[in-house]
Amino acid sequence: MSGFVSSSIGKKVIMSVTGLFLIIFLCLHLFINLLALVDADGSIFNTVAHFMGTNIIMFVMQWVLAAGFIFHILYSLILTLKNQAARPVKYEVNTRSDITWSSQNMFILGLGILAFLVLHIINYFYKLKFTDLIESGQMSEYELVTSIFTAQYWYYPVIYVIAFILLGLHLNHSFQSSFQTLGLNNSNWLPRLKFIGTLYAIVIAVGFSIIPIYFLMKALL
Amino acid sequence: MNLTLKIWRQASAKASGKFETYKITDISTESSFLEMLDVLNDKLIKENVDPVAYDHDCREGICGMCSLYINGRPHGPDEDITTCQLHMRKFKDGDTITIEPWRAGPFPVIKDLAVDRNAFDKILQEGGFISVNTGSAPDANAILIPTQKAELSMDAAACIGCGACVAACKNSSAMLFVSAKVANLGLLPQGRAEAATRVKAMIAKMDELGFGSCTNTGACEAECPKNISISNIAFMNREFLCANIKE
Repeated sequence: MSGFVSSSIGKKVIMSVTGLFLIIFLCLHLFINLLALVDADGSIFNTVAHFMGTNIIMFVMQWVLAAGFIFHILYSLILTLKNQAARPVKYEVNTRSDITWSSQNMFILGLGILAFLVLHIINYFYKLKFTDLIESGQMSEYELVTSIFTAQYWYYPVIYVIAFILLGLHLNHSFQSSFQTLGLNNSNWLPRLKFIGTLYAIVIAVGFSIIPIYFLMKALL
Repeated sequence: MNLTLKIWRQASAKASGKFETYKITDISTESSFLEMLDVLNDKLIKENVDPVAYDHDCREGICGMCSLYINGRPHGPDEDITTCQLHMRKFKDGDTITIEPWRAGPFPVIKDLAVDRNAFDKILQEGGFISVNTGSAPDANAILIPTQKAELSMDAAACIGCGACVAACKNSSAMLFVSAKVANLGLLPQGRAEAATRVKAMIAKMDELGFGSCTNTGACEAECPKNISISNIAFMNREFLCANIKE
């Protein structure tokens, strides 16, 4: 199996498996976040967020998730550097055929998402895990979420929505690409997987974008 | 028609190259792209200039010898054809045409527009065959093959190994070429005996030669003159995964 991991396809399989894991994680993340819109005081969201933050399975899963991110980012870097090296002299003229923009720019989109991830961790994860904001009763999870989507911090909702657009473009290619890399594809399934992937990307990008827009509108109106 | 040609000139593999511009007049719209280059070379020879080196052989679109990255696309602006089948009617009078060699580390330039595609042969030598004893021809119906499998295998066999997939891919990946060979043999019962060793050996060679990895953009399929499908790549990935799991 050592030959498998060092092969180009083996590395791609690691990208694909970690990518699919992150795709599932995003579904769960979106579902929980949308609970913040269900009631006015956010008590449902607080209950679920508290449950997620305190049970043992989620404690283990957060490290699995971190590993998923790290491997996905690390292998994208290794593969991108190798791919860049495979063409030492670039073309003078390059008119791309009818292929999607996102498929050509996955690494750039990934970098944008990574920058957002750092910001997102500083905004929430760090405050939840490494400060006693919640334990000391200074604010609830719901208040922490809404605290940066206000008129005073108008740029946060803007940054978040831009990041979700980048994420959507990244996911639009990654969904079908994961299945292709795992060999779970053929000429019948390719258009179906592309359709499901695009639908998934739209749901994630729009779904996540609703939250900062909603709270900003609520703060402004 | 009158044209301006911007052509990559490179004296040898080690020399550094640059673009040279040539004006060419009275080209028939009915002539093929390679015939247009023949006319240019006749003119250059008469002017005591070194003619442009480019690969060509059958000029019938089946040998895979011609290449050329024309105006930013492998085999030029027409769909599903090789450069030898490209006709000058696809261009307009007065056009400037940029002609470059395939660009990929494993395809070094030999001279001007001719590149060394031996890397493909090296991959084939690793497993692009089936081992059979020679002798009298076996009975045609001794091994039954479902029609659908035979069709898919023959579709993959249409690959002429021109290298347009590598040229078009932003990663210079040879996955479409290798997968076409893996699927061509691996889909048939005669090819199953060596299927696991074949896919592993061919991919190891492909990686060793410095081709990039596949990011599933589909550029290879879009530019392939023989319409080789990327579903062959999915087939090869599946074969490779299974071969490693069974190990």
